[in-house]
Amino acid sequence: MRRIQRLLGSAGFGSALSSVVAILVGLAVGFIILLISNPRQAVAGLGTIAAGGFSGGMKGVGQVLYFATPLIMTGLSVGFAFKTGLFNIGASGQLIVGAFTGIYVATNMQWIPGPLLWLVALLAAAAAGAVWGAIPGLFKALLNVHEVIACIMCNYIGMYGVNFLIKNSNTYDSLKNQTVDVAQAAIPKWGLDKIFFTMKGKYADAASVNGGILIALALAALMYIVLNKTTFGYELKACGFNRSASRYAGINEKRSILFSMVIAGTLAGAAGGLMYLAPAGGQHITVVEVLSAQGFNGIPVALLGLSNPIGIIFSGLFVAYISQGGYYLQRMDYMPEIIDIIIAVIIYFSAFALLVKNLIASGTKKLAISREQAAEEADK
Amino acid sequence: MNDWLGVIYFLVQQMWLFSIPLLIVALGGMFSERSGVVNIALEGIMVVGAFCAIFFINQTQAYMSGQGLLLLAVLVAAGSGALFSLLHAYAAINLRSDQTISGTALNMAAPATAIYVARMLQANHVQQVAFTNTFRIFKVPLLGDIPVLGPLLFQNTYITTFLGLLILAGAAFVLYKTRFGLRLRACGEHPQAADSMGVNVYRVRYAGVLISGALAGLGGLVFVVPTSTDFNATVAGYGFLALAVLIFGQWRPLRIFLAALFFGLMKTITSAYSGLPVLKDLPITSDVYKMIPYITTLIVLAFTSKNSQAPRASGVPYDRGSR
Repeated sequence: MRRIQRLLGSAGFGSALSSVVAILVGLAVGFIILLISNPRQAVAGLGTIAAGGFSGGMKGVGQVLYFATPLIMTGLSVGFAFKTGLFNIGASGQLIVGAFTGIYVATNMQWIPGPLLWLVALLAAAAAGAVWGAIPGLFKALLNVHEVIACIMCNYIGMYGVNFLIKNSNTYDSLKNQTVDVAQAAIPKWGLDKIFFTMKGKYADAASVNGGILIALALAALMYIVLNKTTFGYELKACGFNRSASRYAGINEKRSILFSMVIAGTLAGAAGGLMYLAPAGGQHITVVEVLSAQGFNGIPVALLGLSNPIGIIFSGLFVAYISQGGYYLQRMDYMPEIIDIIIAVIIYFSAFALLVKNLIASGTKKLAISREQAAEEADK
Repeated sequence: MNDWLGVIYFLVQQMWLFSIPLLIVALGGMFSERSGVVNIALEGIMVVGAFCAIFFINQTQAYMSGQGLLLLAVLVAAGSGALFSLLHAYAAINLRSDQTISGTALNMAAPATAIYVARMLQANHVQQVAFTNTFRIFKVPLLGDIPVLGPLLFQNTYITTFLGLLILAGAAFVLYKTRFGLRLRACGEHPQAADSMGVNVYRVRYAGVLISGALAGLGGLVFVVPTSTDFNATVAGYGFLALAVLIFGQWRPLRIFLAALFFGLMKTITSAYSGLPVLKDLPITSDVYKMIPYITTLIVLAFTSKNSQAPRASGVPYDRGSR
């Protein structure tokens, strides 16, 4: 009994339970939408959504990992800033600035030997993201400019600036209105394409997954350690809880704000590098006047993962998984937008579910207290 | 000389088209945040309001047109925006959830739902909702003939521009001169104190969020009508820009107005530079021009934010039982 109580009362169990409840509600809403649009295929459609990437066999799983990579990275970026009490709504700009810098290095520093080029380009992407994150950080720390507004401005400056730089550098493929191929600096596969493929006749149809997912997982682990096992991380979190109290305790809050935004920017910039340092036929930056959506997708991922780096791994994988289900859903003539609605419902209900979790926690605590009191009475 | 006047008239007329939606939506955000509820769902609510109103125009324009139709659409936009914002209000106020979470959920749900419903309901199954713009006022009778002021304000305009200015006056009045406004501000600064004086914090916050929903929905329509001929499930980040204008304007109506004007003017100058004397001869490309509004905003903020302070209880759920 005690053990069950401890299990029910533990934070991890509560979070997991609340997430499961939210996901079930989201799927139920999705099912209703499927029923309204085409009742005959609704059950099969729900099955496709639930099966997610598995509908595509090993290739499907590989695609899930591929699309999860930038989601986890931007999720980490937003989540890390959340932990310090900052809302990094600027991941979009950091990502695109990082992506361009990576592509620029890959195109112009080809004297670097092949196996190292991708690494240098990726580091350059991360560094550029760090600079782009440092701007709102500095504005906030030194000039008291709200980070949300500075981030929004930096998103647009980054987007237009990158468009300008692409058009005025040798990274521009004017025929396709996008950046040139950087296959020479593509993120290595590290054998993952030998695992995640399906056979099409004699030909192995490999997934787009690459070493990026391993890098993302390693960075998530690193962020977990930084936040939970170091003094530095403790100071950042303390600033997030109460800025005045942490200043009173001798923590340099301005430094914490700046470092937090720099790290968030680094992660988003690296996300851009991982996305766009792609083999031929992979992604290119197209010159359009639209903010990169991937940066904004990090916000729901971070929220679903409760800003915890390990939680963000799972929420990133989950969002990629169910989105892949939406991709296969199109075979049945359903619209993939259903997935966005489902994810939105899940996020909305995760707010509800947190409440349920708190109720359970306080309920079990009360139970334990009354039992202790009863035991004390008995002792007398 | 005449050339210059023409240019200025043109710029100001264009400026209203950028500034008024920002103004309306930022004022909406102000009501929500001054009551203590952060509303980052403005973008999503704009999409919903614009979608419902444009769809309404799309369905009824065969039977009517002109200002009557636009005014009805305004009601549809405000109503649908308010309804949609109820979702945020419920999560933020009753459930005391993290307000960023439900706001993000609404932002995500809105465009997906707009695309989905458009493709379900329209005969041609496309996501764009087309409409015919019969709403432009070339010249307001009498007022349009006033020298200087006429061309600046009463020519080439939309009825929604005046609606926006009216909302500004109304918002300033309600916030500072009415009992409700005082209660709203109290709930955003110190809800416990307001509660101890018998103010129903939950009800006031509901009102704040609903007003923000109505205004954001309206802002969505006001943004789409002059700039496009169809609605494609997006308001191009204007909800987030309005959030920026709200902070830029330090949560106060008049400053929000100035911030919206500043941003709108910057945006107009830099997007119309190729038609402007002097600017068109400078060796600067359009991408650089387009960055200028955002860079200047950052610079202005750097000088004006030293004492900037959000409403103290904004974003903090109110729990009657807490100390």
